[in-house]
Amino acid sequence: MHNHHAHEPAGGLGIDLLPLLPFLLFIGLYLFAVIWSNRKHRKWPLYRSVFWVAGVVFAAAAVTGPIATLAHTDFTAHMLGHLLLGMLAPLLLVLSAPVTLLLRTLNVQTARKVTKVLQLRIFSFFTDPAVASILNIGGLWVLYTTNLYHAMHDSMLLHSLIHFHVFAAGYLFTISLIYIDPTPHRRSYVYRMIVFIFALAGHGILSKYIYANPPAGVPSSQAESGGMLMYYGGDAIDIMIIIILCYQWYKATRPKTSQVLAHQNSGAY
Amino acid sequence: MAAGKQHQSNRSLYSARNLWSGFLFGLGMVAFFDETVFHQLLRWHHFYDRSTTDIGLISDGLFHAFSWFATIGGLFMFADLRRRQGLWLKRWWGGVLLGGGIFQLYDGIIQHKLMRIHQIRYVENVVVYDIIWNVSALAMIAVGAFLLYKTGKRK
Repeated sequence: MHNHHAHEPAGGLGIDLLPLLPFLLFIGLYLFAVIWSNRKHRKWPLYRSVFWVAGVVFAAAAVTGPIATLAHTDFTAHMLGHLLLGMLAPLLLVLSAPVTLLLRTLNVQTARKVTKVLQLRIFSFFTDPAVASILNIGGLWVLYTTNLYHAMHDSMLLHSLIHFHVFAAGYLFTISLIYIDPTPHRRSYVYRMIVFIFALAGHGILSKYIYANPPAGVPSSQAESGGMLMYYGGDAIDIMIIIILCYQWYKATRPKTSQVLAHQNSGAY
Repeated sequence: MAAGKQHQSNRSLYSARNLWSGFLFGLGMVAFFDETVFHQLLRWHHFYDRSTTDIGLISDGLFHAFSWFATIGGLFMFADLRRRQGLWLKRWWGGVLLGGGIFQLYDGIIQHKLMRIHQIRYVENVVVYDIIWNVSALAMIAVGAFLLYKTGKRK
């Protein structure tokens, strides 16, 4: 980012530590909550902490450091950053169940208040997969098919806003499809599946559109490799969401225990 | 023998689900094969062709998204049939061949030729490739339909 030249690298490490501070804080808060709540509750699964740390690290890698620096001049690097910030980091953070951790860390009264807030109608609106998809995929269409992508590089404020939107919309999109944390406003599996297929299609079509029609100021060779990275990178991450969604569906439609027992007793298989 | 009878009745109960599980998996598998073999390994297919129509781009995107879901969803349905002891492999394979064949025919006629998303291979005598492509699709449909017919009569 442009403003990083304003301060010197800390010590002799050659790494600019200041932009990393908020990310270190996020990791510290989560791990503190894990240790704190483990005293009273069942041990928090280690893999959830690993997901959180990995998610924060990928988000940090997208907005600061070498990828972010290169993204100013190289569209493929920009696209890699967006895959990390808008898809991989949100998925990992969702899988780390931060709301569940928050609720068990807070005392009962405060936890109840948080639950009340989550039940508000506004959350129901934004966690509708169709709304989340429009914010997520629609936002990308606006970014890459208008002058916005070009304008983003001239305004620090716009740059930050767009990157925040990419992350937030990616997170919203993920929680609208797979339910890891408490989800007061649930939608049917069929509805989520149908919306997801259209969202995935919108993502794939945009990738090929970028390949053929580079955004303003992007050389066609970079648009081609960036478009392909978006297409296949998106597939790779979406396949994980599909597997989790199908697995949750599979578990939810488990046949009644009595039926299964009847079969087992009858000696089938 | 009671177990065998139970399995028989479960198969009829889940007859349609066997067909659909196979159909979705077959469609997805052909699309997956197309992507890995023709796009990535042989590099015959192109990611994007300058002559692609807009509707071709949309059709390609929708089918690509649907096939990703169909492959995984079809396999979860397969697992579901097994857990319900209602798997009917012959009928399931009928669905696989029918779904795979229909998608291959759609890809070969509508997407390659009418919508021009890309050609099978960028050579002069592409028509030979087209014929082999579509005839194999028809063969899959024929065998699939035959298997479904054979497993559909018995109630």
